[in-house]
Amino acid sequence: MSRRIVVAAVLLVVSCAVAFPARAQTAPPPRRIVSMIPATTEMLFAMGAGDRVVGVSNYDHYPPEVERLTRVGGLADPNVERLLAMKPDLVVVYASQQELKAQLTRAGIPFYDYVHRGLPDITGTMRSLGTRIGEAAAADAAARRVEAQLEAVRARVAGRPTPRTLLVFGREAGTLRQINASAGVGFLHDLLVLAGGTDVLADIGRQSAMLSTEMVLLRAPDAIIELHYGQSLAAENVERERRVWDALGSVPAVRSRRIYLLTGDEFVIPGPRIVRAAEQFADVLHGR
Amino acid sequence: MPTRPPAPPRTRLLRTLLGFGAVAAAAIVVAPLVGSTPVSLARVFDRAIPWADNIDAQIFFIARLPRVLAAALVGASLALAGVVFQALLKNPLASPDTLGVSAGASLGAMAAITFDLDVSVLGLSPVAVASFVGSLGALGIVYALSTARRRGAPTMVLLLGGVAVQALLSAVIAFVQYLADFTQTYRNVRWVMGSLDVVSYAPIVAALAPLTLSLAGFALLPRVLDLLSVSSDSASARGVDVIRMERIALISASLATGAAVSLAGPVSFIGIIVPHLVRLIVGAGHRLVLPASALFGAAFLIGCDLIARTIVAPLELPVGIVTAIIGGPVFLWLLFRRR
Repeated sequence: MSRRIVVAAVLLVVSCAVAFPARAQTAPPPRRIVSMIPATTEMLFAMGAGDRVVGVSNYDHYPPEVERLTRVGGLADPNVERLLAMKPDLVVVYASQQELKAQLTRAGIPFYDYVHRGLPDITGTMRSLGTRIGEAAAADAAARRVEAQLEAVRARVAGRPTPRTLLVFGREAGTLRQINASAGVGFLHDLLVLAGGTDVLADIGRQSAMLSTEMVLLRAPDAIIELHYGQSLAAENVERERRVWDALGSVPAVRSRRIYLLTGDEFVIPGPRIVRAAEQFADVLHGR
Repeated sequence: MPTRPPAPPRTRLLRTLLGFGAVAAAAIVVAPLVGSTPVSLARVFDRAIPWADNIDAQIFFIARLPRVLAAALVGASLALAGVVFQALLKNPLASPDTLGVSAGASLGAMAAITFDLDVSVLGLSPVAVASFVGSLGALGIVYALSTARRRGAPTMVLLLGGVAVQALLSAVIAFVQYLADFTQTYRNVRWVMGSLDVVSYAPIVAALAPLTLSLAGFALLPRVLDLLSVSSDSASARGVDVIRMERIALISASLATGAAVSLAGPVSFIGIIVPHLVRLIVGAGHRLVLPASALFGAAFLIGCDLIARTIVAPLELPVGIVTAIIGGPVFLWLLFRRR
């Protein structure tokens, strides 16, 4: 008796699969998308799907249109209640948001899992996300634009000397304590190499490294690029922060005054604006 | 077989100072010579090489010597504060964190990081300045608690009051962290792990002012702490102005803690394990315990920092991780050894 039930159940499942083989593909593309990550928000707008984005994270500020959208918390503290109330039909989440993914699964809301890695993954994600929302052609076109612009930067600096560069993206203001720098893995490292620099921390297989002053002295970079974003550097403090490096007088970058403080969110958001970041790296390392 | 009579107090003090002083001096001399890369002492002191071209000298004088000196000061301060708090509160678990001074310093530092405070004094970074101001705020609360003692509140009230202040400040710290963005949160977390890479001598010189005041206070305390460890009444009976001396002890220990935390972050366990280890060697008398703890605390933190900056070279571990990894098991050993 039980064997008959099992056989019948299997046949039912198989017949359903045969009868509705393309159900997932024919599902309508999402119309109410919530993006929890600034990078994917920018990708969605770049591929022309901005009008379908109804909610963004607390940290989204680009393009300007996102300022009028509903905020649904951040990576560590998503506002699940508000998110569910918006009745999204797709939520773009970061891979580490395990609890949010479990809650979305329980609520029956589809999600797109995202994680940022190296530079090629940015356009890879654009294409994958575009396919997921039914905008494969537009996403591919946007990704091609980004790739072409990055290639133009690479071509512009090709054949020039590649200064040994330290890429700093955080330290204690007014001092050289707690220097946090980009190491040999990740999109910032890839961008630096593309823009014609040699990463002095290329041998460290991590996305970031906390540096002691001893290590800066030993690695002796020819150039130091320091990234500032958000409200972390007032214009009147730029020169003061640059002078902080004077404490390390033997470092070639300090002696030749090749210390560049760059400000902008594009350096920390691995989205389509990464092209502007690459251009600025190339500008400071090789001139305009 | 006749037992040898105990050495006179002055001789024991001299022996203790020489023994622990030798350990601390050895640490201060050896630590700057060791690091993730060898430096040539001949080049370090070769005046024929221009300063700007002398990487060995820069590593020695900018990267290593200041942090060794900072470690010595911070280790000595936290150990001294631990001794005083343990005697004063009659509690072997008391530490520089117990009355909330360390939490006050942490709150100041995190507020500076989260709100991008732009206050630079005497060449100190805004984080160091805010941290010291935070510790002074907590010191004010400690002082208010000590006035409750004047009205007859027992030591236990001071201890419980301090624990409550620490809990309250921890809640405010959590709120400030909640307001921080990701990068600021990362920097906050990193600051809590402690760092002695002070880069210049300015923060060390700045810390010397409050530390000198603290040392002046500590110098008055050995006999008083011995008597207070027994009971306040016995101290009173021997002519000690208990309330006044308790206040001096509280303020000195709090000031030392604030200066140390603003210099290096809240480095844990030094203030607990160093006094206990020293008591095992020299006994409970504060005439020996205080200077021996200062010297051993300095050597201990220099050693921990040496491990922190070499064990995962070319990267380095935050020193607070090393002190906790060493301090935790040592503390457990001390705890169960006594039972």
